[in-house]
Amino acid sequence: MNGYDVVIGLEVHAQLLTESKVFCGCSTTSGLAPNTSTCPVCMGMPGALPVLNRKVVDYGIRLGLAVGSRIARTCVFARKNYFYPDLPKGYQITQYESPLCEGGSIDVETKEGIKKIGITRIHMEEDAGKTIHDETAPYSYVDYNRAGVPLLEIVSEPGMTDTKQAVAYLRELRQILMYLGICDGSMEEGSLRCDANVSVKKAGSSRYGTRTELKNMNSFRNVQKALEFEIERHIQILESGGRVEQETMLWNPSKGVTVPMRSKEESHDYRYFPEPDLVPVRIDDAWIEDVRSTLPELPAERRARFRKRYGLPAYDTGVLTQSRELADYYEACVGMLDAPKEISNWIMTEVMRALNEQGISITDFRVSPEMLTGLIALIGRGRISGSMAKEVFAEMASTGHSAEEIVSSRGVGQISDEETLKAVAGRIIDANPAEARKYRSGKTGLLGFFVGQVMKATQGEANPKLASRIVKELLEE
Amino acid sequence: MLETARRYRKRKESPVEETRRLLDAIKRDTLNSFITIDEQGALLSARSAEDLLDREDAGVLAGIPVAVKDNICTCGVRTTCASEILADFVPAYDATVVKKLKDQGAVILGKTNLDEFAMGSTTTTSCFGPTRNPWDPSRTPGGSSGGSAAAVAAMLCAGALGSDTGGSIRMPASFCGITGLKPTYGSVSRYGLVAFASSLDQIGPMAATARDAAVLFDAIKGHDPLDSTSALHDYAPTDLEGIDLRGVRIGVPEDFFGPGLNPEVESAVLSGIAELADMGAQVVDIRLPHVRYGVAVYYIVATAEASSNLARYDGVRYGMRAGESGGLRNMYLQTRSKGFGAEVKRRIMLGTYALSAGYYDAYYRKASQVRTLIADDFRAAFSLCDIIAGPTTPVTAFGLDEMVDDPLSIYLLDIYTIPANLAGLPALSIPCGFDSRGLPVGMQLMAPHFREDLLLGAGIAFQDRTGHHKVRP
Repeated sequence: MNGYDVVIGLEVHAQLLTESKVFCGCSTTSGLAPNTSTCPVCMGMPGALPVLNRKVVDYGIRLGLAVGSRIARTCVFARKNYFYPDLPKGYQITQYESPLCEGGSIDVETKEGIKKIGITRIHMEEDAGKTIHDETAPYSYVDYNRAGVPLLEIVSEPGMTDTKQAVAYLRELRQILMYLGICDGSMEEGSLRCDANVSVKKAGSSRYGTRTELKNMNSFRNVQKALEFEIERHIQILESGGRVEQETMLWNPSKGVTVPMRSKEESHDYRYFPEPDLVPVRIDDAWIEDVRSTLPELPAERRARFRKRYGLPAYDTGVLTQSRELADYYEACVGMLDAPKEISNWIMTEVMRALNEQGISITDFRVSPEMLTGLIALIGRGRISGSMAKEVFAEMASTGHSAEEIVSSRGVGQISDEETLKAVAGRIIDANPAEARKYRSGKTGLLGFFVGQVMKATQGEANPKLASRIVKELLEE
Repeated sequence: MLETARRYRKRKESPVEETRRLLDAIKRDTLNSFITIDEQGALLSARSAEDLLDREDAGVLAGIPVAVKDNICTCGVRTTCASEILADFVPAYDATVVKKLKDQGAVILGKTNLDEFAMGSTTTTSCFGPTRNPWDPSRTPGGSSGGSAAAVAAMLCAGALGSDTGGSIRMPASFCGITGLKPTYGSVSRYGLVAFASSLDQIGPMAATARDAAVLFDAIKGHDPLDSTSALHDYAPTDLEGIDLRGVRIGVPEDFFGPGLNPEVESAVLSGIAELADMGAQVVDIRLPHVRYGVAVYYIVATAEASSNLARYDGVRYGMRAGESGGLRNMYLQTRSKGFGAEVKRRIMLGTYALSAGYYDAYYRKASQVRTLIADDFRAAFSLCDIIAGPTTPVTAFGLDEMVDDPLSIYLLDIYTIPANLAGLPALSIPCGFDSRGLPVGMQLMAPHFREDLLLGAGIAFQDRTGHHKVRP
């Protein structure tokens, strides 16, 4: 970027979809009345002790295997000590010196092709509660329902060199988490949170610049905009001969600026030490293999397979594999009707539009793969036209009825009767002698005009393929 | 305790009568052994124990009146840790040990005094005032389980629970002439024990005799799924007949008989060891070369863990809150400045320092390494002997007015007891004689992990031959 190289690393927190919290039996369900999903353990009452939910380790191993990390044979929990009202014990149980996973990488697509972004580590930790500030009151509220909800923290190498790569990495990581079924990936609701470390250096220099940490970016758009703003800020400081301070910046999405939160001098000394209330977790081959056997096909693998097996363009595979459920839907359709590209087109346009309009996910969609392929089959057989099919589809999506039902109840069905169409076409050729002459003298592009007239005359109910053939035959007689 | 159980069965006395008698005695107690008396709860338990006894469906603990150190949570009965910051804290749950005692029909009379958050060796830092030694009320009962020790020695209860992080059961047991067991780390659940130093804390029994201590230990030991550090060891019930000491090798470490050991204590302990030899034990000399670093290691590990364990007392969710009108930072400062006493603050500061960036390697990591060396010393020693014997404390109970304002000299009182905590070993203190003032002297026995049977068995055999434990103040 105009004489500067950009270095970005991301720290992502993924809230895990376990039923109970990481160190107690409380439910992780969100949206409950404040402080109703709590117990002595997650409230940090005197004398209460944590007991590890092994499902959290399973999920961590799952992600580690998916991104090719080394899974630790012994991993240790640690205490991160700091004071905040939403932190019940005055420390967070996390991992420090011996994390669950180290190494690994995620492939992201860039202008220059596929790039491997390295993963430094993945570790398990507990979430804090939520502090709710009431501007009108001289006090704040704390809801501890979220305290103790399990998180994975995924730390990348400082391996991204522009904001697009950072967003692509985040998207790919999110997709992997969702494919693995361990995180719902919602950035808006905070089940996926992203912090970034960013620095710039003179192009080609081997010395890293001073980095700042960016927080509070709760959407892909905000990640991109915050990084862009911060990079520009660094460059401007350097251009004017200044020095970038190592500090933590908060992204303000409404003003579109980053503001300092705390400087290095004010940074916490977290006084990490091994958590004495928990024993080290020993992970043997059997455990790892057990988890490996539950791994689903990952997004990158699935995209490659879709390209190869169904001959789909890269754009289609990207859209169709954006979630495991959508890809499953597509494959169910292809299994019923051998029309991979047509099905892809339908899903990418009409199906996605309907889902957006209804604000639902594919798993709640009324139109089953069987119903969608039934509709496409009707077009193939010439029962209905493509434009008619869109109307029928809209009705299917809102009523849940099958294409057959709708077509027959409406009495719609294309005019596929050759004699009927011949009569209509004949009338139209007769009514437009000048155009007929031009066609016959070589302006065959006028075929579309005649077909259009036939369609108009039949109020769109003529089978366009058949109409086209008949018009052509009549004109060339 | 066993004696009380026998009297109940011979209908010489009922649990309600016994409970009433002790509640009255506790109310008249001038030693300040108790912080809270649970009269209602105790009488309720005593009545249900009577039903069990009537139906001849009662275990040995049915109706037995016991006391619980006030850093062990009791549902509905305030648990203060002798600290202003928790002075009004009422737990919503029972510690696992309390639940076990209740399930077996024991009567919990109340909660006993301690040094604030169990940090001390004198039971003088309690915000409810010091406890006095029944042998001489001008003296300390030791600590931090001084309330439990004094209550047992003064016969205000049949037995009591204490907690031991660096000697807090054994040390007051020694000063008050009773028997106290610090079990193997992980053998008794810590769930509901208000944490001081999590990797060292253990709850254990305190009683007039080793037999009673064994009964109480059997009642509380065993795996607890609520405590991740709880061991899966399969314990057999302790044999209350004691063990045959013939051929048992008693290791005597010269490291426990160095400078600082009061000669009268030394001679009482040596005569105790001679008694064991008389009973057929074989005395061998052993060395524990790294235990002399024990106190230094302990005051890094224990304070580091304490600094973190006590962070939750911030005035937000429970306990004392001060300075709330001045903003969050002020509330933290005021609550913790007013809520904690001087010794607790000293330890929080020491521990915070030891864990700070740049000091961790020099202090906490180094201490953890030396801790491993101490454990190795014991492993090597236990290849040469079955039980290690020595003094529990370097001195006998001293006067409350002799308390010097020097924390270091107080810390050194735990020089012989700390190693067992650092190595996670079981250790027992039993009375072995008296000094020239008539104050009790304790002898400490240590064994390999999970070998409480050896300690209690030897203690029972010793007490069947000697009378030190029968002498009452």
